[in-house]
Amino acid sequence: MSIWEYANPVKFMRASGAVLPWVVGGAAICTLGGLIWGFLTPDDFKQGSTVKILFLHVPAALMAINCWMMMLVASLIWIVRRHHVSALAAKAAAPVGAVMTLIALITGAVWGQPMWGTWWEWDPRLTSFLILFLFYLGYIALWEAVEDPDSAADLTGVLCLVGSVFALLSRYAVLFWNQGLHQGASLSVASGERMSATYRYPLYLAMLGFFLLTVALILIRTRTEIRRRRLAALLARENRA
Amino acid sequence: MKALLIRDLRLATRAGGGFGLALAFFLIVCTLVPFGVGPQGGTLALIAPGILWVGALLSCLLSLDRIFALDHEDGSLDLLATAPLPLEGVVASKALAHWLTTGLPLVLAAPVFGILLHLPGPGYVWLVLSLALGTPALSVLGAFGAAVTVGLRRGGLLLSLLVLPLYIPTLIFGAEAVRRGAAGLDPWTPLVFLAAITLAVLALVPFAAASALRVNLR
Amino acid sequence: MTLLSVSGLAVARGGLRTLENLNFTLEPGQALILRGPNGLGKTTLLRTLAGLQPAVDGQIAADPDSTAYAAHADGLKSALTVTENLRFWAEVFGGDGIDQALSLMNLTELAARPAHALSAGQKRRLGLARLMVTGRAVWLMDEPTVSLDAASVGLFVQMVRGHLAAGGGAVIATHIDLGLAEARVLDLTPFKAAATRSGTGRAAGFNEAFG
Repeated sequence: MSIWEYANPVKFMRASGAVLPWVVGGAAICTLGGLIWGFLTPDDFKQGSTVKILFLHVPAALMAINCWMMMLVASLIWIVRRHHVSALAAKAAAPVGAVMTLIALITGAVWGQPMWGTWWEWDPRLTSFLILFLFYLGYIALWEAVEDPDSAADLTGVLCLVGSVFALLSRYAVLFWNQGLHQGASLSVASGERMSATYRYPLYLAMLGFFLLTVALILIRTRTEIRRRRLAALLARENRA
Repeated sequence: MKALLIRDLRLATRAGGGFGLALAFFLIVCTLVPFGVGPQGGTLALIAPGILWVGALLSCLLSLDRIFALDHEDGSLDLLATAPLPLEGVVASKALAHWLTTGLPLVLAAPVFGILLHLPGPGYVWLVLSLALGTPALSVLGAFGAAVTVGLRRGGLLLSLLVLPLYIPTLIFGAEAVRRGAAGLDPWTPLVFLAAITLAVLALVPFAAASALRVNLR
Repeated sequence: MTLLSVSGLAVARGGLRTLENLNFTLEPGQALILRGPNGLGKTTLLRTLAGLQPAVDGQIAADPDSTAYAAHADGLKSALTVTENLRFWAEVFGGDGIDQALSLMNLTELAARPAHALSAGQKRRLGLARLMVTGRAVWLMDEPTVSLDAASVGLFVQMVRGHLAAGGGAVIATHIDLGLAEARVLDLTPFKAAATRSGTGRAAGFNEAFG
């Protein structure tokens, strides 16, 4: 049995329905566990208690990028193999990714205020996330704007491919741009090797939690999309008959 | 392709074609900015490279939805798609027509607007050069956005939302080149990046645009 | 040599099959008139034959550069004159015979007039004259006689006859009697797609994939 069997909506619904409770449960335990454990860690000697926003910020940022990656893969599968579930999964992942990006941006701003003395810094990393957020908005808006679902799937697929290239390009252009203005204020916290184990393990748990949370949300939204499509298809057939 | 290019140029310059609108819009942007930030020459000179590039970009955006929408409405696009011309060629030709009627006038007029904004002396050469290198990419990316949104109601607004993020790398390198040039620094690094982006866009994006058009025509 | 040969063709609109199991051929000198109630899929069939949308099932055997499509919209630019409009399409398709097309559709006197100054019927005549300058063998026409008066319909039939005599073919979707007695009539009603999908062909779209 190949993995493409799950491209069949009925099989996908059955399989996803079976794993969903486990994913949701795991997501709840790991996310809450990671965040609470993270909250109980001692204050950092330099950053004080603000460092604890790390446990929300880093996993969200990670998932913001991973959601786009997943959309890219799903779009490619749709374009090459025309599996309808794949297109719907890409559609389902977009708002999840957009919200993750927004969480990363907002927590970044809240964290940046005490650290850098400003709510917003045109730091290459932050700027890249803002650009990523714009790409998410465009992608979601295009899905909303096109009435025919087949055209919408194709157009958003093409947009996702082109957008991925340009999002990556913007990432490097922004790096160039800010270094051109002033020396980077890059405050890299994500480099794990400089972090002590006290922070590292709760962070890993929170990351796992956010990963499961994202998977759960995407599964639920994909299932909703499949049901909506099924409803629309039945209505279309009834109207025609 | 030549016939299509000539027709588009002729349509753009006839009554109702909207030729020159982008230029007028550019002028208005460059007039409004000093009202907003104050008339001090020093401030204006500092932000002139950025304003000129953003202004050029917005002027370019103004006429994008006309690239395919008019041909879609009157049925020409269906007929062009069944013509012996590859659809990629149609996209390239339309983008070229858009650049000749919008981008090229902006490039040529930019020095005049540079005077309005007190652009420092050494910046003019780099302004013209960077716009000449960058605006073709704006037209082709715009053609892609226009192809994606061609059949949609309220496509114009969506077009801006889709296309503007794609303009970011071009804007960054273009404005950076002018800024460095105006400050007497070496502008070649951003210029080379700008040219690379334009060449890659010219080579690849027409294929994406043509595939989007095919979807919208069926 | 057969101009157009269709076997087992199914076409879809909005992700649902509208017509299926279509089989017909078009030989040089033949005209085929498509009939059927509104919404059956005549336009969809013509667009599929023209290559504007993919067939859901079955084969269309035709030289891809042999068809010319005339839709409801005429593809005219109102700022250009009648001659300029025709010359553009002649150049794009690599055909000629602009003067002949003008005189056949009785447009010679209007040649220098801009298209926005034409009446609806005159525009339609210009749109049909465009078929002449494409140099394509198979004309696919969707309701070609809309807004034409009786005399113009006569001109149109004469133009089609000339095209057929020169070895061309025509597929015409129409509701009126053109007076083209030699044309075969294909009633599409029996080919209406069944409500439920049979067989294992590719899904036409989301509606069928989830139906």
